[in-house]
Amino acid sequence: MYNLVQHSQDYIRRSPFHTCFSIHYLPIIKPSSLHRLLRFLSPILLPSPFHKTLTLVSAMALNPSDQASTGMFFPTQTPGTVLCCTCGVVMAPNPANMCVKCLRSRVDITEGLPRQAVVNFCPDCSSYLQPPNKWLRFNLDSQELLHFLVKRLHTRFSRLVTLTHAEFMFTEPHSKRIKIRLRVRREVMNGAILEQPHIVEFVVHDKLCLSCSRLQANPDQWVAAVQLRQHVPHRRTFLFLEQLILRHGAATRAVRIADAPHGLDFFFASRSHAIRFVDFVNSVAPVQYRTDKQLVSHDPKSNVYNYKHTFSVEISPICREDLICLPPKVAHSLGNLGPLVICTKVSNSIVLMDPFTLRVAYLNATQYWSDPFRPLLSSRQLVEYSILDIEPESDIVTVGGSRYQLAYVQVARMSDFSNVFTVKTHLGHLLNVGDNALGYDLFGANPNDMEMDKYKGLVLPDCVLMKKSYEEARARRSGKQRNFKLKRLDIEVEPTGGRKGEDDKRNDEYQKFIEDLEENPELRFNISLYKNDNYEPSEMGSSMADAEEIPSVPVEELVADLEGLDIGDGQDQE
Amino acid sequence: MATRLQFENNCEVGVFSKLTNKYCLVAIGGSESFYSVFESELAGVIPVVKTSITGTRIVGRMCAGNKNGLLLPHTTTDQELQHIRNCLPDEVVVQRVEERLSALGNCVACNDHVALTHPDLDRETEELIADVLGVEVFRQTIAGNILVGSYCVFSNRGGLVHPHTSIEDLDELSTLLQVPLVAGTVNRGSEVIAGGMTVNDWTAFCGSDTTATELSVIESVFKLREAQPTAIVDEMRRSLIDTYV
Repeated sequence: MYNLVQHSQDYIRRSPFHTCFSIHYLPIIKPSSLHRLLRFLSPILLPSPFHKTLTLVSAMALNPSDQASTGMFFPTQTPGTVLCCTCGVVMAPNPANMCVKCLRSRVDITEGLPRQAVVNFCPDCSSYLQPPNKWLRFNLDSQELLHFLVKRLHTRFSRLVTLTHAEFMFTEPHSKRIKIRLRVRREVMNGAILEQPHIVEFVVHDKLCLSCSRLQANPDQWVAAVQLRQHVPHRRTFLFLEQLILRHGAATRAVRIADAPHGLDFFFASRSHAIRFVDFVNSVAPVQYRTDKQLVSHDPKSNVYNYKHTFSVEISPICREDLICLPPKVAHSLGNLGPLVICTKVSNSIVLMDPFTLRVAYLNATQYWSDPFRPLLSSRQLVEYSILDIEPESDIVTVGGSRYQLAYVQVARMSDFSNVFTVKTHLGHLLNVGDNALGYDLFGANPNDMEMDKYKGLVLPDCVLMKKSYEEARARRSGKQRNFKLKRLDIEVEPTGGRKGEDDKRNDEYQKFIEDLEENPELRFNISLYKNDNYEPSEMGSSMADAEEIPSVPVEELVADLEGLDIGDGQDQE
Repeated sequence: MATRLQFENNCEVGVFSKLTNKYCLVAIGGSESFYSVFESELAGVIPVVKTSITGTRIVGRMCAGNKNGLLLPHTTTDQELQHIRNCLPDEVVVQRVEERLSALGNCVACNDHVALTHPDLDRETEELIADVLGVEVFRQTIAGNILVGSYCVFSNRGGLVHPHTSIEDLDELSTLLQVPLVAGTVNRGSEVIAGGMTVNDWTAFCGSDTTATELSVIESVFKLREAQPTAIVDEMRRSLIDTYV
C-alpha cells in the first residue's frame, strides 16, 4: 500500500478524507465505506534529494476527481499540526507521530544489511563469478553489472527491506572496489514507511576462471580431435571442404587445425564441439567415422574421469570427375548400371552417371561404405583431346540437375594425332569442332582393377570425355587477376623439410580448384566468394572473345569482404 | 496535575479506569500501586471504586459517565451494578443501557455538558444519554473514525483529539463542545487518546510512556497547571499550543 510519493509542497492542497455530520441534518455514512477510504491514509517519510536527510511526505487518499464523481459535497480539509512526541517540534501528523529526526535517531532500517561484499573477477576474460561455477561477462559500470551485483545481495536483505533504487557510485577503475548506492524502504512502528540510502562496497577479487586457467596451463591442450582423411593422391576435396567450413563457421570452436598426410586434423576443447563438427562433415560428404577415447586422469574420490576423445573420419575416395568401374554387386543393386560410370557430384551422397546412357544413380554414405569401391581413373589422369568431328545423337536432356546431350565424336589425343577414336560422349551440348576436351584415355591405360576382371566380355570404350578444356584461352589470359578471391583457413602446416616438390604441387592443385569453381556454378552454391578489390576490369580491354570463352564468376555472386574495412569505434571514415 | 502510571506494565491507563468530577472507577485485579496512585490524588475528594464490568477489567471503555450519571452496558451483572450503586454518591444515576454497541466508553465521549456519540448509536440510547447524563448529544466522527469515545478526551475545560484531525474539524468540534481543543498524542505517539489517559477538571492520569512534550500539551489544554506561575505557562503556550478556539 505504498502509494504515490509526493513532494511535501503538494500535500498542503489535499487532505485526508473526512466527514462531519451532526444530529440535525444529513444521513450517516456507513462505517465500512469510511474504513475503506481511510486505508489509503499512510503517510510516508522520504529522503529529500538535496539534503540527504529524511523529510515528511504524505500519500494521497481520494483525489479531487474521485470525490467529485460521487456527487457529494466534501468540505476542504486542511491538515492540522501536532507536536512531535519526543522533541516537541511542530510537524504534520504521521503514523508514528514523531518527527523525522527523532524517528531516524531511534530506528535505523539499514541495520543488519551487508555493507561489504566480495565478488570474483577473471582478469583474462573479464567475467564475474556467479557461484558456484558460472562466469558471466559484463562491462564495468553497465546496467547488467548493476543487476548482477544487486542480485548477489538480494537474498541477504530481501527479508528485511525492499529496494527502491540502485546506482553506481564513482570508484577508481583500478581500485578493485565497486560501490553501489541503494535506496531501501521499510515499515517501522505504526505503519510509517522510512526510506534511506545505503551504500554497499564490493571488493573485487581476481581469480582465473576455469577455462582461462586451463588455457594458461597449456594453450595447445585439446580434449577432442577430429582426424579427417581421404586416401586419394590429390587434395581437391580438402580445398573444397575448407571453403565450406569457412562459409558455415563449423571450425570456429577449433583450438588448432593441423595438416596431415592425406587429410586434416581439427582439435577442440570439448567433446561436444567435436561432435558438432563431425555432424557437419557428415552432412556435406559421404563419410564413415569411429570414435575412441583415452583416459588422461582420474579422480577416484569424486569419480571424475578426464578423457581425450578422437574421431577418425574417413571420406570416401570417390571424387567428382572420377571414372569408376562398379563392382558387379553394386552394379546389380543399382539396377544394372553400366559398369563404367562417372561421378558427377559428391555431397553427402555420391551421384553416379553412366555417360553412355545418361542414367543417374545415388549412393548415400551407408550404402557406399557397406560395399566400398575405388575409382578406376581420377582427374590427375585426364588427357587432352582435340575434337575433330561431332554428331549429336539425342536432344539436350536434363538429368540430375544438369544438362547433357549424347553425341558421337571423333577425337584424337593432342599428343598423338595419329590415332583417331570415335566415341560416344555426354557432352554434346558443350563441344564444338576444334574444341579441346579433357578425358580419360582407356585405349592407352593399363587398368589394374580386380572388379573389372570379374566382368566377362566387358568392352571398354577407347576414351571417355569428361569436360571441356579452357587451357589455351587461360594461357592467353595468364597474369590477369580474377574478380574474386577466397578466404583460407588458418592451417598449421608442418615444415616440409626435404620435400621440395610439395609446394609446387599444392599451388597447382589450388589453381585447378579455382578454375573448377569458375567453370561449375553448382559448386559455388555453398561457398562464399569475396570481391577482389584489386581487380580492375578496365584493364581487360583486350579482345572480348577472350572474356566469352573463359567462364568467370558473375559479379552478382560475389560477397563484399567486410574484414578488409577498418571499422573503429566512433572514428570517421574518410 | 498530570500523573504518569501503569496498569500491570501496560500504559493504556484510560482502558482500566474512568475518572469524572464526582467519582472514579478503577479495575480490579491489578497491583495495589495502581489503586494507590488514584487514592493519593483523589482520596477524600471523590470516591475511588474498584469494580469490574461484565467480569472484565476494561472498565474505562465499557462505561460512560459524568457527574450526573453513569451508563453501563447491558452485560453488566447485577452484583456489579449493585456494588457500583452502593459506592457512588446518591446524586449519580446509575443506569444499564440496552444497546447493541456495548462498549459505551468507546462510543461516547462526554463531559458535564456535551456528549459526542458514535454515529450508529440507537435513538433510545441517545435519549437515555441526554436524560441520565444531562448533556446535549451530537453524533460525530473524529478524523474519520467513528469511535469517538476512543479518539478524543475532553473535560469541562479543554479537550485532546486524534492527531490527524484537520483544522476545519477542530474548529467545528470546538464550536460544538465550547471548549478549546488540540490535536495531539499520548503514550509516545499513540493516537488512541482516551485509551492512554483519563482526565477530569483538576487532574489527569496518563500512561508512563507519555513523553514530556505530550504531558505539557495535556496539562496546558486541560488547564491542569493552576498552581504554576503564569509566566512559565504563557511562555510555553506560545511554543506549544497552535490552535485555540
